[in-house]
Amino acid sequence: MNNETMTYDYTVVRQFAITTIILGIVGMTVGVLIASQMAWPVLNFDTSWLSFGRLRPLHTNAVVFGFGGSALFATSYYVVQRTCHVRLFAPKLAQFTFIGWMLVIASAVVTLPMGLTSSKEYAELEWPIDILITVVWVAYAVVFFGTIAKRRVKHIYVANWFFGAFILTVAMLHIVNSAAVPVSLFKSYSAYSGVQDAMVQWWYGHNAVGFFLTAGFLGIMYYFIPKQAERPVYSYRLSVVHFWALSFTYIWAGPHHLHYTALPDWTQSLGMAFSLILLAPSWGGMINGIMTLSGAWEKLRSDPILKFLIVSVSFYGMSTFEGPMMAIKTVNALSHYTDWTVGHVHSGALGWVAMVSIGAMYFLIPKLFDTEIYSQKLIETHFWIATIGIVLYITSMWISGIMQGLMWRAINNDGTLTYSFVESVQAMHPFYIVRASGGLLFLTGMLIMAYNMTRTIAKGKAAVAVIPEPAAAH
Amino acid sequence: MSDFTSEFWSWFIIAIAGGGIIWLFFLLQGTNKADTEEGVPTGHVWDEDLQELNNPLPRWWLFMFYFTMVFAIGYLILYPGMGSFKGLLGWTEIGEYEQEVADADAEFGPLFAQFEKTPVSELSSNAAAMKAGERLFVTYCAVCHGSDARGAPGFPNLRDGDWLYGGDAAVIEQSISHGRAGVMPAWEAPLGGEEGVNQVATYVMSLSGRDVDATLAEAGKTKFDMFCVACHQPDGTGNQALGAPNLADNVWLYGGSPRSIKETIAKGRNGIMPAHSEFLGKAKVHILAGYIYSLSNGSAE
Repeated sequence: MNNETMTYDYTVVRQFAITTIILGIVGMTVGVLIASQMAWPVLNFDTSWLSFGRLRPLHTNAVVFGFGGSALFATSYYVVQRTCHVRLFAPKLAQFTFIGWMLVIASAVVTLPMGLTSSKEYAELEWPIDILITVVWVAYAVVFFGTIAKRRVKHIYVANWFFGAFILTVAMLHIVNSAAVPVSLFKSYSAYSGVQDAMVQWWYGHNAVGFFLTAGFLGIMYYFIPKQAERPVYSYRLSVVHFWALSFTYIWAGPHHLHYTALPDWTQSLGMAFSLILLAPSWGGMINGIMTLSGAWEKLRSDPILKFLIVSVSFYGMSTFEGPMMAIKTVNALSHYTDWTVGHVHSGALGWVAMVSIGAMYFLIPKLFDTEIYSQKLIETHFWIATIGIVLYITSMWISGIMQGLMWRAINNDGTLTYSFVESVQAMHPFYIVRASGGLLFLTGMLIMAYNMTRTIAKGKAAVAVIPEPAAAH
Repeated sequence: MSDFTSEFWSWFIIAIAGGGIIWLFFLLQGTNKADTEEGVPTGHVWDEDLQELNNPLPRWWLFMFYFTMVFAIGYLILYPGMGSFKGLLGWTEIGEYEQEVADADAEFGPLFAQFEKTPVSELSSNAAAMKAGERLFVTYCAVCHGSDARGAPGFPNLRDGDWLYGGDAAVIEQSISHGRAGVMPAWEAPLGGEEGVNQVATYVMSLSGRDVDATLAEAGKTKFDMFCVACHQPDGTGNQALGAPNLADNVWLYGGSPRSIKETIAKGRNGIMPAHSEFLGKAKVHILAGYIYSLSNGSAE
């Protein structure tokens, strides 16, 4: 064998690891700005491309697809090689996925502030960019499944099941939901109309959460927690059940975004029933993550990377309990359209997705650059600043959201509404300030990480990792 | 209207939803065998040191899983969900809504009916009616007319005693019930372009006593007499029967700057007050009319 095939391909992993941090900072900066606009509307600066409506989709696209997407590409390319004991299949194609994905993000940064949008939440990008996404995604699938196909171990490691499910399902979701009729280069109309369009949108929207932001990141969890804790995964059979149950059940949950709307009653009921069933499969992942630490709990005290990973799984458990509860129609009648939803999303997005990605990057980057972390202490600082930021964010949105819901439904003894809408907006002002501060703390943590990782990379060099022989058990 | 084009689709939903729950049950049963002990590895090793134990499923977790499945089955028996099966409770979303509205009408209807007996102009002395009117106003009207009812560009001030359609109690009630559509056509072309618009605008400004270029105003008056008097009257005081604003009182619906006035003349305006009678019902419209009447007739303050 020549040198090429004896080492792992870390080039594309390194690229995506670095863009994870950069795009995280970009997306979260926009997030802090729009959170501040809610508290101080003057920050819209009377400028169309700086206004909340244009920047909000930029925030979601940059954090979900830029930051989260980069983390998923980096970790899946790393994990699939290392657990299959082979070099990446079609490295040039992998290189194309990096360039292509960056083009997608760059297009988002340009077109969304210009107001070019398909107006589908989390799928705002217009049709030419959608086509680019499809092409990149097919290339991603070829590289990932090609690597699986040429693996040198018989059993496919659990992390790869989740990465695989994420790649396949996101392809299906993206193609179905983005189906549109173009009328010009920058304008298209959805292939669906009315309530069908809403249902397809939330079938996509909730599964973007379920597969992009959950299954993919469970793949990250299944590799990086056992590696960092140096403990075996808690239960193989639990991973089998919760993988299949999660993949099956998530697909049904979308209608809970459309409770008490024109969506037919039967669709709403099915959405609610399966959202409740989803609790156990979700918690299966949490149990497997946290219990992997059994026998090594003391490591949590000294290892800040493990803190990120384990706290992320705790937030995952919390938000996957909150989600099914909010899907219950009577709870939803209070929570829907309020800040509670925003808080719920961020307990998943910051607490789970971002924390597990950050933990994985702290593990990964020194290995990719063949060096040690510049400062463990700064990781510890990052961990606490980020955690406090999340707690401020979530609690302020809980209070503000529940208060909002209660104010909207409060009635006087003559049957008139007690509060006008503006009064409810006024009441939320202090909580918007707390929320923006929480976001600012989280962003500060990311900047500390960027500094720490820059110093780490500066003293390292591109790592050359020789592929070890698979263990004898195979 | 049925949600399904044929019974096939109803059965299709029942099959995949019910079948899915049954499949989950067998998945759990099949995996939850008591054949292994705690802490035993599967024997697979990846990436040098990655291993898996094969611990049994936690019992509390298993019970939670079964409980949610039982709950889901019970829920889908009681409520609509399984295709076109309506559920044993006969619950529908629209039914719940209609019931809530009926309950509210039964509870609050008599109270409002009592206010309805008082004429609009006398409601202002009824504190309870004014309180209800204010809350209705901030809920339904404030979005356009402002929380203080002082209006905004394009939306009339309701406190200044200046009325487009008249300030009598009956007229106010009529405006709320049936809405209004105020149409000012675009005059740029008939007036011969920008110059003509400028002349008429200058004349219009002179009507409320502003210092203007007399020559321009004179030219504007000729055009005004030709095109504008039909609605706004020869002296510019308007016509409440048409909703044509008084141009001589220095109150400006769309702004009184030369630029705004020129834009109004050149491009026209479309002012829409939506009809509220079907939406709010007669009694609430009556109370709102009383509240709005009181704003410019003093007694509520």
